[in-house]
Amino acid sequence: MSRLYTQDHEWIDVAGGEATVGITDYAQGQLGDVVFVDLPDAGRAVTKGGEAAVVESVKAASDVYAPVSGTVTESNPALADDPSLVNSAPEAEGWFFKLTLSDASELDGLMDKAAYDAFVASL
Amino acid sequence: MADDVDLKTLPLDALHRRLGARMVGFAGYAMPIQFDGIIAEHLWTREHAGLFDVSHMGQLLVEGEGAAEWLESLAPGDFKALQPHRVRYSLLLADNGGILDDLMVTSTGRNFYLVVNGATKYGDIAHMAARLPAGITLHHMEDHALLALQGPQAVTVMSRFDLTPESADQPAFADLKFMAGARWLWNGIKLGITRSGYTGEDGYEISVLSEHAEALAEALLAHEEVKPIGLGARDSLRLEAGLPLYGHDLDPETTPVEADLSFAISKRRKTEGGFPGAERVLDQLFNGAARKRVGLAVEGRMPAREGATVWVSDEQVGVLTSGGFAPSLNVPIAMAYVTTEHSADGTALEIEVRGKRIAATVVPMPFKQKNYVREGDKK
Repeated sequence: MSRLYTQDHEWIDVAGGEATVGITDYAQGQLGDVVFVDLPDAGRAVTKGGEAAVVESVKAASDVYAPVSGTVTESNPALADDPSLVNSAPEAEGWFFKLTLSDASELDGLMDKAAYDAFVASL
Repeated sequence: MADDVDLKTLPLDALHRRLGARMVGFAGYAMPIQFDGIIAEHLWTREHAGLFDVSHMGQLLVEGEGAAEWLESLAPGDFKALQPHRVRYSLLLADNGGILDDLMVTSTGRNFYLVVNGATKYGDIAHMAARLPAGITLHHMEDHALLALQGPQAVTVMSRFDLTPESADQPAFADLKFMAGARWLWNGIKLGITRSGYTGEDGYEISVLSEHAEALAEALLAHEEVKPIGLGARDSLRLEAGLPLYGHDLDPETTPVEADLSFAISKRRKTEGGFPGAERVLDQLFNGAARKRVGLAVEGRMPAREGATVWVSDEQVGVLTSGGFAPSLNVPIAMAYVTTEHSADGTALEIEVRGKRIAATVVPMPFKQKNYVREGDKK
């Protein structure tokens, strides 16, 4: 399994044709205290770069984009009870949704960890 | 970041950065949005004491023969009857009765000290200067910073400061009640202190020459009850307290009656009028206005934000002007303007958020009970 990153600060773990998506630790730090996550329902088709979820901090609502196109299979039920998981464990228990990829070649443009860390350092 | 280039800095800028603040642009200034996190800062202020830098706000002095009468030509307060060392909330009104700004007015006995919003201060000054009669001066105290110490332990912290009254006719600091103020000397530094604020908590606003602001802030932060608090928590605190924010819940298209701020129209002015837009505002006061600012309890966990529309089945009946998450109540809350027929407490409404309808109920404000220590209250 490899983890890839977007310039919009989403991460995606890919295993076969399945992927798990969340936001990075940098992103949660920028957002501040997360109080609600509006997650996509299973079965929803998402397109690369399109809105897939909305994360609400105390001060603002922020869009979360799909790193690749595909169909949502599951969203993280734990976030409904404890949205602060996005702050405490953004790259683990605070994942957002899983999807089946419709075009694996879309992964080619994403960053690996070293490239993402360098990207964040440049901000 | 590139968009920070044109931001002005405030006297406590270096201190904020040293304390680890995340800085953002607000009212043209670089200001701290948060230090430890908005929820932690919000809850700290409700339980202990929070130190806020509100130096972006405009501090004005109005002085001269007839200053009270002149202020009454701009705002609907009873400034002729305002006793020395008392503070009043008031509204700067346009000729049509729309709200140009909300402000605090303190009578010092010799003059009037005004605190206006940061984003509107230059507009306010231009508005006032254009109407300034001979013999009255308007002074912008640009060389002063303004700190707010808010929370139930603010009084404990301030009681440890050695404050010498500047004049014999003012109240002793220990006797200063909410919405009162005067001037004290601390280590030879002049402090203008009002017991007031905009968080729903007891506390103080302290005006000090900018060159002494950091020493004062450090002295306050040296007490274990005090932590620095950013603009993010200031906004969630005032929203819970039901206090409107200018530019969001109040604007030039909105009158005091629509804004549910009729208390800011003094009794005598309700009878006599004579303030800008009095005819329209008093007509609304006695005959009702078409819309009203209300508080909304939002069902579920999803916050509804400013701009979201309010509905009763297929009819849009209003719009949110503030909305967010209430850290002390652990639920989403909002302020909205709704048509008066749907403004009664308990009215069931719906808010549209991203194409979905969420249930909401009109509730009395404040959402969170205020903790003011009023005149006549036990100490």
